[in-house]
Amino acid sequence: MDQTSNNIKINAAETLPDHSIQRKAKDRLFLLLVIVLSVITISIVVFIIGTLVFKGFRQINWAFFTQVAPDTFQAMMAKANGEIIPGGIANGITGSLYLVFLSSIFAIPFGLLIGVFLYESGDTKYANVIRDITDVLQGVPSIVIGIIVYLWIVVHVTHSYSVLAGGVSLAIMMLPLIIRSTEESLKMIPDTLKEAAIALGTPYYKVILKVLIPTSLSGLVTGILLAISRVLGETAPLMLTILGNPGINWNITKPVSAVPLLVWQFYNDPNMVDLIWSSTLFLMGFVLILNLTSKWVAARRNA
Amino acid sequence: MLRGSIPSFQHFGWNFLISTQWDPTQGKEQYGALPFIAGTLFTSILALLIALPMAFSTSLFVAEYFRNTRMASVVSTMVDLLAGIPSIIYGLWGFYILRPFIVLIGLSPQGYGIFTSSLILAIMIIPYATSLSSTTIQMVPNELKEAAYSLGATRLEVIRNVIIPNAYSGITASYILAFGRALGETMAVTMLIGNANILPTGLFSTGNTMASVIANQFGEASGLQLSALIEIGLLLFLITTIVNAIGKFIIKKVV
Repeated sequence: MDQTSNNIKINAAETLPDHSIQRKAKDRLFLLLVIVLSVITISIVVFIIGTLVFKGFRQINWAFFTQVAPDTFQAMMAKANGEIIPGGIANGITGSLYLVFLSSIFAIPFGLLIGVFLYESGDTKYANVIRDITDVLQGVPSIVIGIIVYLWIVVHVTHSYSVLAGGVSLAIMMLPLIIRSTEESLKMIPDTLKEAAIALGTPYYKVILKVLIPTSLSGLVTGILLAISRVLGETAPLMLTILGNPGINWNITKPVSAVPLLVWQFYNDPNMVDLIWSSTLFLMGFVLILNLTSKWVAARRNA
Repeated sequence: MLRGSIPSFQHFGWNFLISTQWDPTQGKEQYGALPFIAGTLFTSILALLIALPMAFSTSLFVAEYFRNTRMASVVSTMVDLLAGIPSIIYGLWGFYILRPFIVLIGLSPQGYGIFTSSLILAIMIIPYATSLSSTTIQMVPNELKEAAYSLGATRLEVIRNVIIPNAYSGITASYILAFGRALGETMAVTMLIGNANILPTGLFSTGNTMASVIANQFGEASGLQLSALIEIGLLLFLITTIVNAIGKFIIKKVV
């Protein structure tokens, strides 16, 4: 058997013009190209994170988390004297947390309900319309959401830039993500589980609350965490809705600041350069931790 | 939003789309969106072209060459992290690292402009293009690939003649969706494009995109200018929705 196949190979090699070396070389070359380009892609990630860590850790200290951002003059004086810029980003951190809290309150219940609804309605016409709307919403650029919320909330409801407007714009961005992940994770529950509960005579709302939601809980949590980490770094809609605030503010109809917005302000102010990197590092760390936590939750479910 | 753009629409009509003037001086205000539409399309298409080879090889790396290995999962996690980085961080990184580098190698004196923004955009859309195309590449049936191998095909030939034709529409759709992402990206582009309200003339000229002009001028705008900006937002919304719809349509046809 082995002998004959060898013979055939030899014969083929003798009679046909031999391209095999060329083909193999091309194959190798392509593999090399793929590896090189992939390595470049990866090294960009490492490079970006490395830059942030390297430049950002200097400014991180206790005051960074407890004090509000300095004004230009303070920063300029400190820089002239060769000191570290005083103050921190407490107004940004509290503002960001406030915004995330608010948008979660708006987006999570609606997102879960709509997700359950889509799962239950399956392939009906109405559900498909909602799915399409969700898709459209997901594709809307964040700055456009900022404009819409500006026209709705800032102009007509609070009459000034406000936390409420920022929270609503972030909620609109979270909503499609949560709806999608809810539906997808509910779909992964085996039908038999649901049928068993129904066969026991359980009322349907109890099936949803006691069977569907607990079994898919880790999927739901993953979706919510990802959505939060996504909106946490969002800057564009906030520029049009919350404006920024040099102090800490808890009034829902007044402007606040947020970490990404502070970064933007620092960027526009040549005296604040040192603060940029530490705030960026903080933002990045926060977002990545949320991101990795959600991955971890998802991985634990699959294991 | 429609209501907000009515004053501008009434004032400029269809000229808004083709006029290249953008002059907020009081009294002789004149707004046209063409420079921004051109800037948006220019940067996004360029970004897509740059991202294409990177995303394609990364998805081959994950889904074909090193499929199901530890390496592949490390690489795909890293690429996902790329998607998690907020856009303002890309902007900063582009401004402090990429821009001086471009000045250093002498491509452009200031480092701002279409090319720099496209580079950053390309990095930002790589994860979107990668994840969906690796899923479709993974979905190509093993039997088909094995049949090709048994005929003596090399890996490259399998990729070119079996995988790409089979995963073609999925890969295309993922690039279209990534393109939609690039169109609406705001912060990073705003920080790098140079903010000149002119028609971009070349790779390294400065310009402005629809999203960046909104980000830059919305704060100070009022009256007719505000309305013009809102109309730009509306246009941007329409364009991205159409692009996304095309992408989604292709995906639906596949699945």
